[in-house]
Amino acid sequence: MPALPDILFYVFAALTLLCGVLVVANPLSRSPVTSAMFLVLTIISMSGLFVLLHAFFLGIVQIIVYAGAVMVLFLFVIMLLDLKEEARRKFKFFGLGAGLISFAAIVFIMLKSLKSAAPDANNPAGDGDTAALGKLLFTQYTLPFEVVSVLLLVAMVGVILLCKKKLE
Amino acid sequence: MHVGLEHYLTVSFLLFSLGLLGVILRRNLLVIYMSLELMLNSANLALVSFSRFNGKLDGQVLVFFIITVAAAEVAVGLALIVALYRKRQSAHVEDLTSMKL
Repeated sequence: MPALPDILFYVFAALTLLCGVLVVANPLSRSPVTSAMFLVLTIISMSGLFVLLHAFFLGIVQIIVYAGAVMVLFLFVIMLLDLKEEARRKFKFFGLGAGLISFAAIVFIMLKSLKSAAPDANNPAGDGDTAALGKLLFTQYTLPFEVVSVLLLVAMVGVILLCKKKLE
Repeated sequence: MHVGLEHYLTVSFLLFSLGLLGVILRRNLLVIYMSLELMLNSANLALVSFSRFNGKLDGQVLVFFIITVAAAEVAVGLALIVALYRKRQSAHVEDLTSMKL
């Protein structure tokens, strides 16, 4: 009888991969809106995996930032652009072949390297509680933290500039 | 079977390859962008599982920064797509061939 976290891992991993497949190649619908919705589901089940890894803060941040902010931005842009015509286009056979070959190659290489590396760290060591993460973030990583805030400001200025009707 | 580091890494690899498949297969700029997000997320999953099984929190701090940078990147990228759509009336990679010889 496997333990509950192991069962939950398989459930969340299967959900993540299934929704990921449906983001990329949904057989029923080609529209970007369904892709965006399945991306939301992928992100939510991935935050379940984060919680199983005891990264509680990151699980919540994943839901708030990705499923909340980023995906709403995506849906706004999809709504802004009228993409009805895109739904009718077919997959290129060449693209499908190249994509599947590169998919298989990457999975093969990574699994092979995983097997040759044979990580022995199979018992969870750390307990990622939020207090320790915050302490680390504001002591050792203070400078990157501030730089990232400047980066967000720069991105905001850039977006406003890009979206202006006419550039002077 | 006991779930260890390999299981999480396998999920992360599969997700990364799915993102790559999407970038190659799909022709819509927005869906390509979503596949890029998928690849970023799979890297995040690998980092969090490394951090968990090594007992160090630095991986989680890195994931925190990756999420922030990804949010900024999405904002700028989508603004670029909107600006492109305004000029060309299309968000489809096959219509954007002005740099082709």
